[in-house]
Amino acid sequence: MTVTSTTVTSTATTPAVHLRGLRRVFGTRAVLDGVDLSIARGEFVALLGASGTGKTTLLRILGALDQADEGTVLVPPVRTVVFQEPRLVPSKRVLANVTVGLPRGAATRETGLEALAEVGLEKHADAWPATLSGGEAQRVAIARALVREPQLLLLDEPFAALDALTRLRMQDLVGDLVRRHRPAVLLVTHDVEEAVRLADRVAVLRDGLLVRDEPVTVDHPRDPADPAFADLRRRLLADLGVH
Amino acid sequence: MTTAAPERTAADTRAALDAGLVTPHTRRSRPRPRALAVILRTLGPLALLGGWALASATGALTQDVLASPAQVAEAVGELWGNGQLTDALGVSLTRAGLGLFFGATTGLVLGVVTGFTRLGEELLDSAIQVLRTVPFLALVPLFMVWFGITETAKVALIGVATSFPMYVSTSGGVRNTDRKLVEAMRSFGLGRWAIVRTVVLPGALPALLSGLRLSMTLSVIALIAAEEINSTEGIGYLMAQAQNYSRTDILAVCILIYGLLGLTADAVVRVLERLLMPWRQAVQGAAR
Repeated sequence: MTVTSTTVTSTATTPAVHLRGLRRVFGTRAVLDGVDLSIARGEFVALLGASGTGKTTLLRILGALDQADEGTVLVPPVRTVVFQEPRLVPSKRVLANVTVGLPRGAATRETGLEALAEVGLEKHADAWPATLSGGEAQRVAIARALVREPQLLLLDEPFAALDALTRLRMQDLVGDLVRRHRPAVLLVTHDVEEAVRLADRVAVLRDGLLVRDEPVTVDHPRDPADPAFADLRRRLLADLGVH
Repeated sequence: MTTAAPERTAADTRAALDAGLVTPHTRRSRPRPRALAVILRTLGPLALLGGWALASATGALTQDVLASPAQVAEAVGELWGNGQLTDALGVSLTRAGLGLFFGATTGLVLGVVTGFTRLGEELLDSAIQVLRTVPFLALVPLFMVWFGITETAKVALIGVATSFPMYVSTSGGVRNTDRKLVEAMRSFGLGRWAIVRTVVLPGALPALLSGLRLSMTLSVIALIAAEEINSTEGIGYLMAQAQNYSRTDILAVCILIYGLLGLTADAVVRVLERLLMPWRQAVQGAAR
């Protein structure tokens, strides 16, 4: 399997993720079997793959939630994760959930409120997580991830549990927020359209390897009706085994 | 996949390190060998036993204070040989078991009623909370008046003592039932009793079992209280006699038996946890 190394067009830029020969074995099955991946600072990479191909495992390794069996893994010191489910602490109010683990103080409260305002939830600062809708809870989770000013933001299918309309709105929101804060982003998803809409680069994971890793050259704003969009979409779906 | 030339990879890695990137530190829970866990568990009791033997051997612990482990073992042989121990154990276990059965069942039923129905809570909870604060030892004289020096008095005392922890745990566990699940089951036409059986009780099982654990401990304590006061057989009677003759070896045997009863109760609950909640085992340790 040969992959042209069109990947890092900018070797000069500073890296945010550096993976070389990453292997992770579960039982006898190598879920990740020598993955090489670099993400530059401020770059948005979408990682696609059918379920069970190890994309979440890769993300968990970058987030220090899982350990590589072999290979070099280098990540920035400040990383945050948005999971598929919001994972808010039910016994803490929304603002306390956003600032959880940060030093207490007036300044922290301010930054927490600012982060909530960015996701349009400043009015819900004193609400309990159980009273929020799914989309709202996920927006709180995004605010919680961004308030730490991460150099690497890991998104693990953050929109998968949302309804179609909320999902579109959330994608726009995340696109905006990322443009403003400029963290390096790894978005794990199985939604091809979502990947093409948001990412600077798309990679496809199959049989433990990245079978595609190419920049998205579709012009902004990205419109699914654009022939370049449709073309990339078709090729990615083919990589995923859908024709 | 074509790998880049090794020297280029090394240069890349160096550049990444220079940019301040770090290797993520994972907190990994290593699977521990089962034997190690067993050894660690037995270490504490063995240390206690060793300390006791050492104190007896060096003379720090004289026989009129506490008999040595060897003498206690001898006493076990003696009591076992003349059948006293088996008789006493049988009688005491029957009392504790019967009392626990009645007490735990009462606590369970009342707990489900008050936890699951609003009417039940309003009607019963405050009354039970009042009764709960009465120390069960204060009931001993009253039960003697009511039942005389009979088995009923002893079983009733153990029953009363064991019902309250079971009640508190059950009503708490039942109250924490997933309302959404109850709603879903209701939409599929399940009646009240069917919902209790399929959703509420399985969901409350962890709380039920911790209640049972407390009740079992309390049943042994109530057993001692009941037997110490007035009985003609059982382990408490054995103890009272040993006290009269200053037989510290027999006293130690009885104390050890009470301890073993507690240990057995704990083991029983552990086994029950495994048997009654197979779905928990399936999830435990299975990382996504």
